[in-house]
Amino acid sequence: MEKVQRALALVLVIAVGVFLTLTASSIEPPFGSFPLRQVGTEIETSVGQQYLENAPQQTGAANVVTSIVWGYRGYDTLGESTVLFTAVVGVLMAFRAMRRNE
Amino acid sequence: MTIIVRTTSRLLFPFIFLFGVYIVLHGHLTPGGGFPGGVIIAASVVMLILAYGIERAQQRVSILQAEMLDIIGSATIAVIGILGILLGAYFLQNVFPLGELGKLFSAGNLALLYIGVGLKVTASILLIFYAMLSD
Amino acid sequence: MSLNYVIAMLLITLGLYCLLFKRNLIKLIIGLSVMTDGIHLFLISMGYRTGGIAPIVTGESTSNLPNFASRAVDPLPQALVLTSIVINICITAMALSLSIYAYRHYGTLDPSKIRRLSE
Repeated sequence: MEKVQRALALVLVIAVGVFLTLTASSIEPPFGSFPLRQVGTEIETSVGQQYLENAPQQTGAANVVTSIVWGYRGYDTLGESTVLFTAVVGVLMAFRAMRRNE
Repeated sequence: MTIIVRTTSRLLFPFIFLFGVYIVLHGHLTPGGGFPGGVIIAASVVMLILAYGIERAQQRVSILQAEMLDIIGSATIAVIGILGILLGAYFLQNVFPLGELGKLFSAGNLALLYIGVGLKVTASILLIFYAMLSD
Repeated sequence: MSLNYVIAMLLITLGLYCLLFKRNLIKLIIGLSVMTDGIHLFLISMGYRTGGIAPIVTGESTSNLPNFASRAVDPLPQALVLTSIVINICITAMALSLSIYAYRHYGTLDPSKIRRLSE
């Protein structure tokens, strides 16, 4: 049974790989056409283009990626700082319990 | 560790530390910011831990001091956010003066927020290494 | 059929193979990290403009900003992937500490032998 299960799993992994590669190379806007997104039958411009036009004057930073991280999407960065703090508390708690068990 | 590793790591430590501080402070002009800068500062301290052992490192910077660094970084972000509510309209809104485009003292409260995040990330990675190596 | 998408999907498939076929907890964590890196590569290469420059205003682009806005690549996926990389660090740290805890309790790192409730 072990050989049959491993052969089936290998066939599954190869099938997933072929399906993903065929899907990724035939998505609708081709590689390299940035501000065009096709929704239905209309072509709209995306949010990134508006950030590129307005960010250097509204925030005064030369780095547009940094002004997005704290200026336009500040709540996501605040949540990520909380996740970092929680992970450190979890690691310290696990090692303190390990030392108490011995 | 041998004497070559100890001497080289002691010579290289201030340069890597200075490079990490440069990346944190120039977050609004060059690519980088608080997150990779904090990791580089923590990596310079970890290089000294690997060369000299964990006990000598814990005599210089104890676990309590690393936790205090983490708390100071979080408190900086919270104070700047509440300052936005007291003076302006929204939480984390910019109330500092905007300078010219491309100078060091520009972009409002962006540099101060990145200093807070840099302290937080440095203390977090240092605490993870202390917990896993001390036994 | 560009190279970026093919390499990203190859990384995801390699991570999936490592998750299904290996029998060591540390190797499972490495496979999870490889899969996350493939997803990040796919997200960043979705916002590429042909012949574009990096989205940072340098010395010679300060005077004409509309020309800069029509030549730079997409900055939004790069900002979101920055957050995702830090969360990947937190997941790897928690998973490694839990696997050390399991090793000290059971004496083995094989996930098919860590099945019983109390030993």
